[in-house]
Amino acid sequence: MQINLVYLLILFALQSEMKQESIDKLKILASAARYDVSCASSGSNRPNTGKGLGNAAPWGICHSFTEDGRCISLMKLMLTNHCIYDCAYCANRKSNDIPRTTFTVDEVVDLTIEFYRRNYIEGLFLSSGIIKNPDYTMERMVWVAKDLRVNQNYNGYIHLKSIPGASDQLQQLAGLYADRLSVNIEIATENNLKMLAPDKNYKSILNPMNTIKNKIIENKEERSKFRHAPRFTPAGQSTQLIIGATPDNDKHILNLAGNLYNSKNLKRVYYSGFIPVNSYDKRLPAIIEPPLKRENRLYQADWLFRFYHFTIDEIVNDDHPDLDLEIDPKLSYALRNPWLFPVDINKASYETILRVPGIGVLSAKKIILGRRYNKLNQSHLKKIGVVLKRAKYFITCNELKTPTIHEIQPKNFKKMLLSENKPVKQYHKSLYKQLSLFPIN
Amino acid sequence: MDLFIYDQTFEGLLTAIQDAFDLNIEPDKILSTKAFQDDLFAIKYYITTDPDKFEKLWEQIKDKSSEQNCQRIFKAFLSELPDIEIIIYNYIKLILETPYNVEVDFSNENLVKLNNIQKKVGREAQRVMMFVRFQKTIDEIFYASFDAKYNVIPLTVAHFRSRFADQKWVIFDTRRKFGYYYDLENVREITIGNQKVSLDSGKVDKDILHISEKLFQKLWKSYYDTINIKERKNLKVHMQFLPKRFWKFLPEKDFKNNLVMN
Ligand code: SF4
Repeated sequence: MQINLVYLLILFALQSEMKQESIDKLKILASAARYDVSCASSGSNRPNTGKGLGNAAPWGICHSFTEDGRCISLMKLMLTNHCIYDCAYCANRKSNDIPRTTFTVDEVVDLTIEFYRRNYIEGLFLSSGIIKNPDYTMERMVWVAKDLRVNQNYNGYIHLKSIPGASDQLQQLAGLYADRLSVNIEIATENNLKMLAPDKNYKSILNPMNTIKNKIIENKEERSKFRHAPRFTPAGQSTQLIIGATPDNDKHILNLAGNLYNSKNLKRVYYSGFIPVNSYDKRLPAIIEPPLKRENRLYQADWLFRFYHFTIDEIVNDDHPDLDLEIDPKLSYALRNPWLFPVDINKASYETILRVPGIGVLSAKKIILGRRYNKLNQSHLKKIGVVLKRAKYFITCNELKTPTIHEIQPKNFKKMLLSENKPVKQYHKSLYKQLSLFPIN
Repeated sequence: MDLFIYDQTFEGLLTAIQDAFDLNIEPDKILSTKAFQDDLFAIKYYITTDPDKFEKLWEQIKDKSSEQNCQRIFKAFLSELPDIEIIIYNYIKLILETPYNVEVDFSNENLVKLNNIQKKVGREAQRVMMFVRFQKTIDEIFYASFDAKYNVIPLTVAHFRSRFADQKWVIFDTRRKFGYYYDLENVREITIGNQKVSLDSGKVDKDILHISEKLFQKLWKSYYDTINIKERKNLKVHMQFLPKRFWKFLPEKDFKNNLVMN
């Protein structure tokens, strides 16, 4: 009896210690991963075949929101925050004296499954510091993904952050189990990257990108011939650029992004405002506030050339190398090109209507549909969801004339808008739009 | 004044509308038995739900418009708004009387009205899929309750069923006091008579919670707190995305009085 009780008590103590240990581990390795912005879990469509667990919903579900308004969709973890590299912008660099720990493969798998079953998350985003060498690290990440898919019969979302420099073979294996792979470029010019992350170079990043891209193309062909051929990263690949850690201008950054979309078939480029974590490192700028506005403007510009039929050159060019922080890039374009306006809502082409500030993709489509039946006036537009307060200066419709951009003049327009909008609040509101599929207005 | 009274079901409402067409009467009001209060001066029509009439009308709507449009009507119905029946009546009339497919005519007032309502319902259904939190019980059932603005459960069952095909689960609407139970084979509608579950708050007695449940709620809460970036705090946006009515069901928002009854 006595012995039994003691035994039980020890068991209990062990258990609660284990609990505390796993909570501590989770805290360290979640906090290590939190600066990676790619939260999106959309774009995949992995059905739950038969009686497995989970499916990847194409619209990507947010399951919670942080107090700063970011969508929580994937559980973002690092497998370990030990690292043999010493990147200047990273909290986990080897020269930092911080608590370090490592998950076992089973621990990550367990957390993923248990969180998923409770509808806390849409899936797993796994990255890692580099232990021993890139292959050794990547191999462990692949084990996690494989165990989830093969042993747990899990069909939820998996995003693996590929380790630069890991072998082609491992990249390919990873793509077999993951919905998305990403290789982060981080710094927009190679020289600056070498300066800040001496262990990395563009080759070790672009090579895996190419491997993944080619494999995706190959897989598409395979699947067109054999419908049941296994999928390879159905949600494609993405990358991340840090903004504001180096002097690169928006023109350079957006052109690099455009290039990556085209030549590497990337699904997304993420822009992450630089947050200093190693303020002692003098290679990095001292900043008071992370460049959130700029980050937001870059996302808006990214939308413009991907969904609004703008060319990058129309958004940023030699005369205008940086985005205007005060107003969004579409409005900025309109003010720089006032002769294109006003456009006639009842006649103009879809592409032209898309360029009107205050009209998003959805509204533009509805305008094209709606005007077949009726000549549209302002009250129609309002119901369709056009932001009239802004759009009215750039359009004419079936109605009495209101003052347009020409009567007000571009230079006064910006002033007027900024004074009536209490800008700071306005911008905050739109800050996190990039995280879901909201159109720019 | 012509009053049509139906049995609260969608089939009933469509029967009522078909009856109105057949009788050639413009109803002033269509009310469910729940909302109906006797009105001495009205002429009352008590509608008997008739699957044939429902089918007939539904087929006609399907012929005139897309599958998506039928979904819109059904979603609008789930809003349970006071005048929704008349809005649906007018909308169906519009569809049937317009010679072309009117569903994309966003210059039509009636259509925009219905469309806005169904959009809100759709969004609420998405919120339920986002914010439902299951708690594992000792008999390995994953239990979740929520408080939805509209009657959106019917729009979410298919999602939960395909996603959580290998676990038993219950989803329960605390406002309407009914839910669904999936037993690994079928999904059935249920009400709950179990004393161990509070019908109002949706809280589950800790006696029937799985021993691991507390730990995972704690782990999730730690995760949630950890990934916050202080420099970016913005509560206004936070509340806008995560409406307060869901908070009491979220372990990450309300851990102190968390989902476990004490
Ligand atoms: S390799 Fe990754 S984890 Fe290691 S220091 Fe560089 S950025 Fe940080």
